[in-house]
Amino acid sequence: MRRIVRIASLAYALAVYAFIFLPVVVLVLFSLQSTSFPIPPFTGPSLRWYEAVLSDTRLTSALVNSLLVASISSLAAVTLGFLSAWGFARFVLPGSALLRGLITLPLTVSYLIIGMGLLVLFNWAGVPKSLLAAGIGHVVINLPLCFAIIYSQMGDHQINIERAARDLGAPEWKVLLLVTVPVMAPAIFAGFFLSMTFSWDEFVISFLLTRFDTTLPVEIWNLLRSGLNPKTNAVGSLVFAVSIVLVVLFELTLLRRKPV
Amino acid sequence: MSTTGNDRRALPWALVTPALGWTLAFFVLPFIAMGLSSLTAHEGGGFGLSNYSQFFTNPSYWQAMVNSLQVTAIVTVVSVLLAYPFAWILAEQVPERWQRLALMLAVLPFWTSYVVRSYSWLLVLAQNGVINRALTGSGLISEPLQLANTRLATVTGFVHFFVMLLTLTIFANLKQLSPSYRKAAADLGAGPVRTFLHVVLPLTLPGIMVGAFLTFVLCIGDYITPQILGGNNELLMPQLVMMQIGRRGDFPLASALSIILMAVVTVAYLACARWLKIERT
Repeated sequence: MRRIVRIASLAYALAVYAFIFLPVVVLVLFSLQSTSFPIPPFTGPSLRWYEAVLSDTRLTSALVNSLLVASISSLAAVTLGFLSAWGFARFVLPGSALLRGLITLPLTVSYLIIGMGLLVLFNWAGVPKSLLAAGIGHVVINLPLCFAIIYSQMGDHQINIERAARDLGAPEWKVLLLVTVPVMAPAIFAGFFLSMTFSWDEFVISFLLTRFDTTLPVEIWNLLRSGLNPKTNAVGSLVFAVSIVLVVLFELTLLRRKPV
Repeated sequence: MSTTGNDRRALPWALVTPALGWTLAFFVLPFIAMGLSSLTAHEGGGFGLSNYSQFFTNPSYWQAMVNSLQVTAIVTVVSVLLAYPFAWILAEQVPERWQRLALMLAVLPFWTSYVVRSYSWLLVLAQNGVINRALTGSGLISEPLQLANTRLATVTGFVHFFVMLLTLTIFANLKQLSPSYRKAAADLGAGPVRTFLHVVLPLTLPGIMVGAFLTFVLCIGDYITPQILGGNNELLMPQLVMMQIGRRGDFPLASALSIILMAVVTVAYLACARWLKIERT
């Protein structure tokens, strides 16, 4: 009986792993295709499609745009998130629960609706479509996330260290910069990298709010019109690689710290 | 905490105001703008509920909502059914020291962008894609199957993503379960099957509900997966919304449809929250 369960478990787990990895393996494998269609049979390996991606200025500038939007919007989100988390965790504010609820509210709304709202507002206000507009949207989706991560990590332990610094005569800004930020660094970095990941992969807000200069997911979307193409595989594999790096950084900063 | 002087009283507000201001300006205000826009007419102007009444009178709009609800329901059920045994195997059958790695591997593709993930499934499901080539090559079928641009393709793309998400939430749930419950059940003479059905499953049910709700919300609001994999044969709500913006520039109707979509999610949330509360007491 036990052996049957083990064998069935193993078979089931392998089947699910196969299902999960099938599209990724196909994506990466056929990015190395040497002929012009990313379909069987495999004719590679060849790096010609990666060369094609890197010599395509639309894609490379979209890549730079994506990195810029992701890093600047994440920096803004983590700064706003950290300051507000500190404010709510350390001071008693009237209506605190309600206000915290307001900050985390965007988490419950789909990106499409956040993007739609900004599109309508910017359209009325005469704000042109741009990377800046998309970046503003990315801060909206990532601020609640950064706030939640940092707020949840602010415990009594840090309060005591801060109190000690204050008792020793440190002004508030010194407490913030020299005590709170270093102590909270893991949560701050975790919020930053997670925001980077989400902003880097985000499509719908960028699609609605940018026009000529756009981010990589939107540019990949434009590539899809030409059907299946190994170049799309190559750029998709690159996007995936960057995401993995960001996720690993996130894992290392937040999860390593906690003793399991 | 001792607060002395004006300086100390102003500080907390100085800390929280930027984040609150940002949320008000770029989340609440846009939402109000969308609400107002949904009450105007695309052509001719004037306030009214015509955009909303269009949704209820135009059968193709109504159909998009029906499609969305059907697809979301299928995806949620299939994903839970696939993910639960998988999470259970990871938590119970895999040796403790390998569990972290096994879980990380299982959710690795979770982090690819929506666009890339959907495109990857297109490679698998296309007319001359991997599955059709394998099936025709092995002589199982003579003509390639129509897999892409179908509801099946949309569901497959969604299930792929949500199996990973649910595996994460259910795994965490199973690990939080104290082993003493299972020991107690075993001591009282219950076999492994009875222990699972009467102890483990009921205790993880709230976690499953949370995961299922998350699946519902993310699935019903997604534009990419149905657009790339399902194509335009059958429209889901987000596709209908984007169509109003893209083809016709009809922001008011798109706003009204978005608000209806949000209302459905809110109703689901209220239903879910109530159900969960009943479960807990």
